[in-house]
Amino acid sequence: MSLDFGPAVALSCRECGARYDLGPSFACLECFGPLEVAYSFGSVTREDIASGPANIWRYRSLLPVPVDVTSKQNMNPGWTKLVKADNLGKVLGLRDLHVKDDSGNPTHSFKDRVVAIAVEAARNFGFHTLSCSSTGNLAGAVTAAAARAGLEACVFIPADLEQAKIAMARVFGGKLVGIEGTYDEVNRFCSELIGDPLGDKWGFVNVNLRPYYAEGSKTLAYEIAEQLGWELPDQIIIPVASGSQLTKIDKGFKELISLGLVEDKPYKIFAAQAAGCSPVSTAFKAGHDVVQPVKPDTIAKSLAIGNPADGPYVLDIARRTGGAVEDVTDAEVVSAIKLLASTEGIFAETAGGVTVGVLKKLVETAQLDPSLTTVVLNTGDGLKTLDAIAEDASPTAVIRPSLDAFRAAV
Amino acid sequence: MSVSVRIPTILRTYTGGNAEVSGEGGTLREVLQKLDADYPGIGARILDESGKIRRFVNVYVGEEDVRFVDGLDSATPAGAQISIIPAVAGG
Repeated sequence: MSLDFGPAVALSCRECGARYDLGPSFACLECFGPLEVAYSFGSVTREDIASGPANIWRYRSLLPVPVDVTSKQNMNPGWTKLVKADNLGKVLGLRDLHVKDDSGNPTHSFKDRVVAIAVEAARNFGFHTLSCSSTGNLAGAVTAAAARAGLEACVFIPADLEQAKIAMARVFGGKLVGIEGTYDEVNRFCSELIGDPLGDKWGFVNVNLRPYYAEGSKTLAYEIAEQLGWELPDQIIIPVASGSQLTKIDKGFKELISLGLVEDKPYKIFAAQAAGCSPVSTAFKAGHDVVQPVKPDTIAKSLAIGNPADGPYVLDIARRTGGAVEDVTDAEVVSAIKLLASTEGIFAETAGGVTVGVLKKLVETAQLDPSLTTVVLNTGDGLKTLDAIAEDASPTAVIRPSLDAFRAAV
Repeated sequence: MSVSVRIPTILRTYTGGNAEVSGEGGTLREVLQKLDADYPGIGARILDESGKIRRFVNVYVGEEDVRFVDGLDSATPAGAQISIIPAVAGG
């Protein structure tokens, strides 16, 4: 089998540095640490990138994908809006605030980015079925991408997910299996399925394809920098479920600096969790470098990972960059969803409510400098998490179609 | 107590390719000691130098992550199913 992963040359263990050939493996044989893609980048210029397509493939020379990736059937996600959020900034007292709105992706969440990379890895390894453990968004991203790529799909979710996410994952075909348990239990099940003949030739995007898949989140960093005129933001607020996205945005910023595509400058990374599932925030505040798993209980189901694989790395990055990890209650999440919607016309899913809620809290507690360029991430679409605003899901008034009735109502 | 232990793919080189082996012990610590006696070297893959479960390994007794119970002192009753799983997944 000849593999084509573009600039990727090996897998390397983030813990002990052991190196492995590119393959469908995700844990180090020595220490069980996570494997990451290692590259040998050629020279890359801003012009090269800018001349590429208006999707993540403009950064293909920085990703583990074949050179001719643009000629393949793929969802082509990315290049989503970076919205200058002056209204929200004014309310919160921030001078230069931007919202990176990933609800504009093909299946309305950032997961399309990571899945697009995983599809190429699955093709490389000759897998026939695309699978995942999902808190919801990923399931839809996988079934859609599999449909387009001509692969089978079989995805696993906690059975009690939001109806909209279940419907979305079903509509693209494939099998959608609800597991009676939490996301962490679904994840465990998938890890066991990989070692069983039942899961042979299956590409689990966030298990045996995880090293490749996770790299997709780097494109958020690349886009934010390019959209800010090839400059890194001073501060960024990123939601944390497993922590993978945050670690890869940091990796993306560091790559841009090392390739000379942006000026080297300090940036602070802030991590956002929901109070009902805040193991990383708890560890950060206690000064620990180990994350004690929790049993999640929050409306922010896409962030409800009680045992986050990259939790320790999130702590490292928040501390190294001078950021912080903070959490907000479900009530604060709902109010932040409404605040973002009513100031900027962006309807965020609960995870976006978490980041905006945390941003507000960081300003109020003076953990963040309101005079600096700040980016807050919205990772998905509010239509998928309507339960969060159910109490407002009715007209402000119901009247007979007459001017008198309207006059009385207003 | 006689228990069964599920072995992840990356440790099956120690168990001759077996995905499930039988074990002995009243606590997880005892089960892992016996496992290492039967399959020399496997213990050091699961536990670090200080004898703690490695950061990126999850161990379950039945449905319970032992971190929520008593860690290495978690009881392993007769017939218990113990699963050793790489923690690097998900998200």
